[in-house]
Amino acid sequence: MDEIIKLTGLTKKYGKFTAVDHLDLSINKGEVFGLLGPNGAGKSTTILMLLGLTEPSEGSVSVCGIDPISRPVDVKKRVGYLPEDVGFYDRYSGLENLMFTAQLNGMSKAEAFDKATKLLERVGLAENADKKTGVYSRGMRQRLGLADVLIKDPEVIILDEPILGIDPYGVKEFLDLIIRLSKEEGLTVLFSSHHLYQVQQVCDRVGLFVSGKLLAEGDINSLSQKLFGNNAYTIELGISGSSGNGEDTPEDIIKNIDGVISMNQVKGKYLIECSRDVTPEISKEIINSGLNITSLNKKEYGLDDIYYHYFEGGTKNE
Amino acid sequence: MSNTAKDIQLPGGNQITKLLDKLLGKRTAALSTKVTRPFWVLVEKEISDQVRSWRFIILIAIITLTTLGSLYTALTNISDALKTVTDPEKAYVFLKLFTYSDGTLPSFIVFVSFLGPLLGIGLGFDAVNSEQNHGTLSRLLAQPIHRDYIINAKFISSLIVISFLFFALGFLFMGIGIIAIGLTPTPEEFVRIMMFLFMNIIYVGFWLNLSIFLSVRFKQPATSALTGISVWIFFSIFYSMIVNLIMKAIASPALLINPMYQIYLERIKLALMRFAPNILFSEATSTLMIPSVRSLGPLTMEQLSGAIPGPLPLGQSLLLVWPHITALIAASAVCFVLAYVPFMRREVRSR
Repeated sequence: MDEIIKLTGLTKKYGKFTAVDHLDLSINKGEVFGLLGPNGAGKSTTILMLLGLTEPSEGSVSVCGIDPISRPVDVKKRVGYLPEDVGFYDRYSGLENLMFTAQLNGMSKAEAFDKATKLLERVGLAENADKKTGVYSRGMRQRLGLADVLIKDPEVIILDEPILGIDPYGVKEFLDLIIRLSKEEGLTVLFSSHHLYQVQQVCDRVGLFVSGKLLAEGDINSLSQKLFGNNAYTIELGISGSSGNGEDTPEDIIKNIDGVISMNQVKGKYLIECSRDVTPEISKEIINSGLNITSLNKKEYGLDDIYYHYFEGGTKNE
Repeated sequence: MSNTAKDIQLPGGNQITKLLDKLLGKRTAALSTKVTRPFWVLVEKEISDQVRSWRFIILIAIITLTTLGSLYTALTNISDALKTVTDPEKAYVFLKLFTYSDGTLPSFIVFVSFLGPLLGIGLGFDAVNSEQNHGTLSRLLAQPIHRDYIINAKFISSLIVISFLFFALGFLFMGIGIIAIGLTPTPEEFVRIMMFLFMNIIYVGFWLNLSIFLSVRFKQPATSALTGISVWIFFSIFYSMIVNLIMKAIASPALLINPMYQIYLERIKLALMRFAPNILFSEATSTLMIPSVRSLGPLTMEQLSGAIPGPLPLGQSLLLVWPHITALIAASAVCFVLAYVPFMRREVRSR
């Protein structure tokens, strides 16, 4: 696959503080990549370096085969960037704001008007095109921001915290919009976020970012494999009643099953960590012992778990 | 709006509608298919922002009112001014309009030297920081333009606005003057007035650059506006007091009988005063507009003896103010560089 963004040994230091630490990352054409991490992890700094808006202390960047440090304007022709908490000129309407961006990208007024009208239609702002952006809601501003990014016909779009501060329904709508548009146009999308759940749904691949380092990258499945390699499964079990022979506690029964690593009781339920999928065995053994199963649930690791495992666990271990 | 325009049925109503739409900035009018270069797109937007802003309307109202006021005093008193004076400036009746005051209202040139800085500061104090605070700066920087386009466009557009303003005011002043006193300016007077207007633009340009620098330096527009205004007040009120204090401190009373020492002191004082841009400006404008000003420094009796009082020719007046013009342009350039370098280096994050 073609690498459209390639970072090698990228480092950014502010005085003694290292914001981005020897980052290696490549993103393929047409991919939707999520850059995840807590606040201050260096996501925005990385994005700024991708656009040539700040110079790296070390390492190299290549975007669409161009070095953004020496040729920022050429990169900006191909890359659309939606900054975090984007602002518009409040005195102008949404349409005028878009036309202004279009003209800065070398379009004539007539072209800009056509293009802006079409894009406003696509992001669902056609009715509000002539309203001043000062009265736009947060979600509308983000959608206008997306149109603003798309108006230059980019190859890559980079969105910095695009779903921050939008309500859950708006987030879903907005992400669907990004994905739909990017698939239609064959765009590469890179976005940063700390909203794990939503990102998980739309990203082809994610990179986990903590204090300037990329801890892991890959799709969600491979990440959880990587992170929870030895105890890859957690089973949640709820039981009621007492065992028929009155001797074996649930702990004894379950611990005897091959593959079970540990077992904890949390809020009346048992959390069983195991190295393989032992759900069928557990249910068989419990029923044989005369207990009743009220719930049996195989938990799959989501980004949240990955996130906490890394960020919480990571800091604890240090 | 377009409905009302369409309701008017006139011969060629269609054209009128189109024209109206165009004037009102309506999109129904055919949009240009010409590609404007990004830099001029920015300039165009800045100019339209400037002229539509309330602050510009207020500033222009203040300046127009003072202009009309000073014109009125000059016109009502011009006959007295010409009768009483046996001065060599009789030939320069027209220039008197700009410089004459009976004491009730200051003359045009005094007004401009006082209000010019306010205009410059008013147009530039939020140039960069308001873009930053509205989160539009990072969006602008993500467009395929060079970074300096932004700051250059801010400067150029304000300068264009100022130039239009001053030339419009100057010509208005001249036009009313011609109608009222029935005299036309001589070519020399015309050139002097043009030079004077040009000086105004340079002077306001200096304050504009200073305030753009402050807008890069300070995050809050209020801080940069206040700083700009305090610099202005410092130079227009306190600076001469401070210079006088310094002169008092360094003058040695024992030596004061020596005239050469006095001249020496006077020279130091003048040199110190000329660090203030408003002093430079008022020296330059009075030389240009009052041709009988022959020297800006102290003159000895010997230098004056035998001199026939008469106006300086245009060339000589220009020669006298040339250093002033250079100094003002240099000061503007310094401010611009001070604004430019940090702006180019700065890392722009969203607000």
